[in-house]
Amino acid sequence: MSDSEVHDAGFDDWLAAAEEGTAYYLECANGHGSLPPRRVCPDCGSTDLAEVDLPETGEIQTFTVTHVPTPAFEEDAPYATAVVDFGSVRLTGQVVGIDPDDVETGLSVELEITVSETTGERVIGLRPA
Amino acid sequence: MSDVRVAGTGLTSFGNSPERTGRDLFAEASIAAFEESGVPRDDVEAVLYGNFMGELSEHQGHQGPLMAEAAGVQAPATRYESACASSGVAVREAVTRIRNGENDVLLVGGAERMTNLGTAGATEALAIAADDLWEVRAGVTFPGAYALMAQAYFDEFGGEHEDLAHIAVKNHENALTNEKAQYQSAIEVADVLEAPPVSEPLGLYDACPISDGASALVLTSESYAEEHDLEAPVAITGTGQGGDRMALHDREHLARSPAAREAGAEAYADAGVDAGDVDFAEVHDCFTIAEVLALEALDLEPIGEGISAARNGRTTADGETPINLSGGLKAKGHPVGATGASQIAEVTDLLAGEHPNSEYVADATTGVAHNAGGTVASATVHILEVTN
Repeated sequence: MSDSEVHDAGFDDWLAAAEEGTAYYLECANGHGSLPPRRVCPDCGSTDLAEVDLPETGEIQTFTVTHVPTPAFEEDAPYATAVVDFGSVRLTGQVVGIDPDDVETGLSVELEITVSETTGERVIGLRPA
Repeated sequence: MSDVRVAGTGLTSFGNSPERTGRDLFAEASIAAFEESGVPRDDVEAVLYGNFMGELSEHQGHQGPLMAEAAGVQAPATRYESACASSGVAVREAVTRIRNGENDVLLVGGAERMTNLGTAGATEALAIAADDLWEVRAGVTFPGAYALMAQAYFDEFGGEHEDLAHIAVKNHENALTNEKAQYQSAIEVADVLEAPPVSEPLGLYDACPISDGASALVLTSESYAEEHDLEAPVAITGTGQGGDRMALHDREHLARSPAAREAGAEAYADAGVDAGDVDFAEVHDCFTIAEVLALEALDLEPIGEGISAARNGRTTADGETPINLSGGLKAKGHPVGATGASQIAEVTDLLAGEHPNSEYVADATTGVAHNAGGTVASATVHILEVTN
């Protein structure tokens, strides 16, 4: 977490787009997906990266319920974190709108930017679709 | 190409000493390593030092020269940082330099001061081994990342928390005779299963402790060891390093550690051995699931079967391939920057018959040290063998 007001170009822009419902990922000429900020495809080295709409829903591939957080999530714990497959990219986020104990692998979720109860900072959220 | 001899090893006790500075910890470890080696400090040509969170815990950057000074060595010094594999990569660099004929005598090691940060502070500091933007800001902690891997493993291969519990029980058992270990206390499977959850399915006893400590090695060329008649019967005969995407979600497979597989394959080939030749290993069990992934990456267990190795006795002290006879990170402790070199120290002492648990590997000739950074975006593997 940065203490400064200076944004992280690429990342904060992505969060803003996701808040507007226009989340995207980057795709190279060879069809490899990745997340910004990025100039080079980590799979093949292509520098020809284009923004592509992120699919509406993804599927939880693995998850955990965290009880011992970093200070930035002290008030949020316990919370569920999941790795979600959106096809060409995966995202890690907090599962919201469901009891953490009910989260399971295979659950279909959609992106919803939420905020940390501790810091008020934006957090990548995932809500059951 | 010359083999690299381990001329001396030194470890501090690992544990809870929040008031001790990194420089004091490393000084103690280096004194022990020099005393054991019989190598004069003046012969050291460089210091290679591993440390991960010194800026956060001690407000101290530029630690290389500071640690050379602490060890009483006047030579160029560099700090290596690869999260929990920091001193593993320092050892690898030292091995490469000596083999290339660039250096004959190097002081290698690492240190970490952690407990002064408290649990919340240390959790925050450890988390920086993950991708800050895409993982940490979503609430991923270091235990949380390994919990994600554990759940993925359970979903794909089966297994349950009780299987992992046997790993913790085994490693605590192994540490009972290790005076330097943070925990010298036996635990039972029920203790692990009933412990407070940290990041489910992992609980308090699935996790290594937060530790302060240091490790040091005096490494020399074979020719230096022979010319100076050193008592250095153990050689590092293979080294390997692997890398992977930083964030767990960018890995092809969420329940495997290909960086460690790559490092292991390189190290085995380098030493001219294969997994079947390995008599025992020290592996990076920062969490119980990490030991499972390490065994599979090193081909010591088939994919999907490492989960049952401890429960079925294959990796216990009297098992076929004892794993973490030192107690591992789980019970010995995990002062992050010190861990990689400390594993080399443990394997050396086990092979030399100078370890409290050497009786379990009395005829052993080949040991392995596996060191991992983050969720294994970095890994080093070293093969150690007894020379004749």
